[in-house]
Amino acid sequence: MGEAMAVDTKPDPAAEVLERARTLALDLNLTEVKRWKAENPGCLAIGHMPIYSPRPLLEALGCLPVGVFGGGDEIDIIRGDSYFQSYICHIPRSTVELGIAGHLDCLDGMVFPSICDVIRNLGGMWKLLFPDRYSAYLDLPQNFDRDIGGRFYAHELRRIASEITALGGLALDPERLRVAIEDDNRRRRAIAQLDAARFATPWLYPASEAYLVVRAGSVLMAAEHADLVDSYVALAGQRSNRPLDNVRVVLVGAFCEQPPMGLIISLERAGCDIVADDFQHGARTIVGDVVLHDDEDPLDTLAFCFLDQGIATASRYIADDEKGGALIAQVRETGADGVIFAAASFCDPALLDQPMLEAACAAVGIPFTAFKYSENTGQFQVIREQAGAFSDSVKLWGDTSHASLTQPSPTEQGVAR
Amino acid sequence: MSTTTTAAAATTATPSLKDASQARQKRMIADHFTDLSTAKEQGKKVVYTFVPGNLTELISALGMLPVLPEINALQSGMRKKSGGYIAEAEKAGHSEDVCTYVKCDIGMKRSGNIGPTGLPLPDPDLLLLSYTGCFTFLKWFELLKQEYNCPIAMLHVPYQPDGVVTPAMRQYVVDQLENKVIPLMEEVAGRKLDMDVLAEHLGRSAQAEDDLCAVWESAKHRPSPIDGYFGGVYYIGPIFTSFRGGEDCVAYYRELRAEVEERIALGMGPQTPIGQLDDQKYRLVVEGPPNWTNFNDFWTMFAQEGAVIVSSSYTRVGGLYDLGFRHDPSDPLGTLADYCLGCYTNLGLPSRIDLLEKYIKDYEADGFFINSVKSCNSFSAGQLLILRELEERTGVPGGFVESDLVDPRYFSKSNIDNRVQSYLQMLEAKRQGGFVAA
Repeated sequence: MGEAMAVDTKPDPAAEVLERARTLALDLNLTEVKRWKAENPGCLAIGHMPIYSPRPLLEALGCLPVGVFGGGDEIDIIRGDSYFQSYICHIPRSTVELGIAGHLDCLDGMVFPSICDVIRNLGGMWKLLFPDRYSAYLDLPQNFDRDIGGRFYAHELRRIASEITALGGLALDPERLRVAIEDDNRRRRAIAQLDAARFATPWLYPASEAYLVVRAGSVLMAAEHADLVDSYVALAGQRSNRPLDNVRVVLVGAFCEQPPMGLIISLERAGCDIVADDFQHGARTIVGDVVLHDDEDPLDTLAFCFLDQGIATASRYIADDEKGGALIAQVRETGADGVIFAAASFCDPALLDQPMLEAACAAVGIPFTAFKYSENTGQFQVIREQAGAFSDSVKLWGDTSHASLTQPSPTEQGVAR
Repeated sequence: MSTTTTAAAATTATPSLKDASQARQKRMIADHFTDLSTAKEQGKKVVYTFVPGNLTELISALGMLPVLPEINALQSGMRKKSGGYIAEAEKAGHSEDVCTYVKCDIGMKRSGNIGPTGLPLPDPDLLLLSYTGCFTFLKWFELLKQEYNCPIAMLHVPYQPDGVVTPAMRQYVVDQLENKVIPLMEEVAGRKLDMDVLAEHLGRSAQAEDDLCAVWESAKHRPSPIDGYFGGVYYIGPIFTSFRGGEDCVAYYRELRAEVEERIALGMGPQTPIGQLDDQKYRLVVEGPPNWTNFNDFWTMFAQEGAVIVSSSYTRVGGLYDLGFRHDPSDPLGTLADYCLGCYTNLGLPSRIDLLEKYIKDYEADGFFINSVKSCNSFSAGQLLILRELEERTGVPGGFVESDLVDPRYFSKSNIDNRVQSYLQMLEAKRQGGFVAA
């Protein structure tokens, strides 16, 4: 089994920025949101559930967008459980618990994007449980033609904008939206740079740290988050950690309910360098810069980028592309040796998607393993052993020469897109 | 509840008699599956699609035959075959956590795809993914696309979070129908859609819908001549599945309505697995789909205690006709959009609660009961809040059990029976207490 990451005894140049990221990412009391509101009197903070919400729109309305990912393993679920049957995933329980316990009181509203039936229905429950607070359902399009799905989605965005303006947000101003989109582009570039660094030197940028750095953006405006990510990338790059004999894996399925930090660290300690993941899918949903045009309403631009530049995930209908093609491409691009399917228990999108993705991997000989978790899973030993056995088996019997995976073999080419 | 009461209730029931409408429905189903089994030889194209937001008139106007995998799954459940099919799918890597309709369908396909009448089902020429009110539908047909080599027509129906259909939502559906769904269906069918033919079908749909509404309304009588849940799932059969828009469907509902009106005139209750239920002690509204693997057992738990279901939400998943919707032949695409947008599971939770409250009041129910199924998050997520809200708003007690659609492992007969009996005893005690207090 692989061993723990190499420990550099010198002071960690990234320690400070990492600690700030940890505080921002895991603070269930949303201290940073309260601070921001105190500094920006009269401005609104709007929460949003995973996977994807158009944060630049909220920023353009003068709001702080706040990603809400449930309570993780840091909160006891007492009242939240009384609203859900045993066979429903964990994130809605802890989110209700956070709401009832007052952790989300600093939020002026919540947006529930169309991920799955549970989060959709949670949006309806929110209206009943918190009738005095704004909540909106955001129907992301499953038709990707600009004239059809694009038109509908742009209308959805305008609707939400007008509702937030009525709530006390700023009026939708094209220039402010352009600035917000550019800020988001900068943030996206910073995350892409982080991902590239993870790909190149995972021993300097462990996934458990990248997780915190990206998730810290849940409570930051895009420009500030970009600074934080840039800073981490620069400082962590100064480390002198040495490479370990780990396998490189892509982790898939954790896009909504988040695994506990201990689980991510357990995977690393089991000998897996997680070189790509979908933990913070919303931060990576749009690929590349969103290009603004003088003759196009920036709100339309924001809508169209979801159609044209949105990446594959379980809650997005795959129309013409091969199912699993995007995952295979990601494995190749990152030089990964295998895939870990990590889905939250009772997560319909991830678990219904999984057999198709597994089949795609099997068809091209990419090794994979799978397990389920809950956001408050407390026992990692079994998962660590499973991941360790997977890591060992790939090392012993798999083809771990990364170059061989970067070029598709003739038999694989039908699957990759 | 005591066995004496149970026996007494059972003895007041008269033996079941098959109505003419039942015989007609049976024949319609048999003919349809026979047609399907020879579809390829006849050169007919086959479309797999879903019940909520189904576009049956469009399919039939193009001369194609629909197959509804949900119906196949529930039929497999009733025929005690679903357990094996689900095991087959789980062996192939499908999670135990997900919808058992999906796994039953995939297991059935891998076991030879034999339909409920024992005849083989043809492979689809088109998967018509009407994505209405249920996220799983989207994944289901992505999974089926791996099984079958055929195109998918995707219709994304926006959700009604606030119980309102906006012009943008309606336009989005119409745009997809016009530019995506119909062109692909025409390509598969090998012919252009004749809008006049479609309008004829839609006109016939509206006739049947009128008669179905009269059947639902009949439960306001005492005794109720129908069971609006267990019996209701038979009544919705033709209109929610393959027959809406056809002559047979119109005839079925005309016949059914006449039979129900006759039962009202004679003061007769509905037929149940233990006979005719005239002595109705409790009138209930039910939320959630039934369990299919033990359907008659579940029904009997209520019937033997004299409980009749006067209305239910499950019987509205394929259309809320009793709120006034009718297919409108003068606006074919607009009316199809309205239909899809208006299905029960496409309504936000607050609207669902409003509707159930209305049913409890309109049908003068003594209580409401929730059958929460593991498979269906669209229905189930939020049902415990529905329970609280309805009790608070109506003062009527609610009951709650958990089971599943077609996975026999999740139907615990004795536990559910205990729950049902305890609930009805509680209703009785409340009634007695109320009498004493008065």
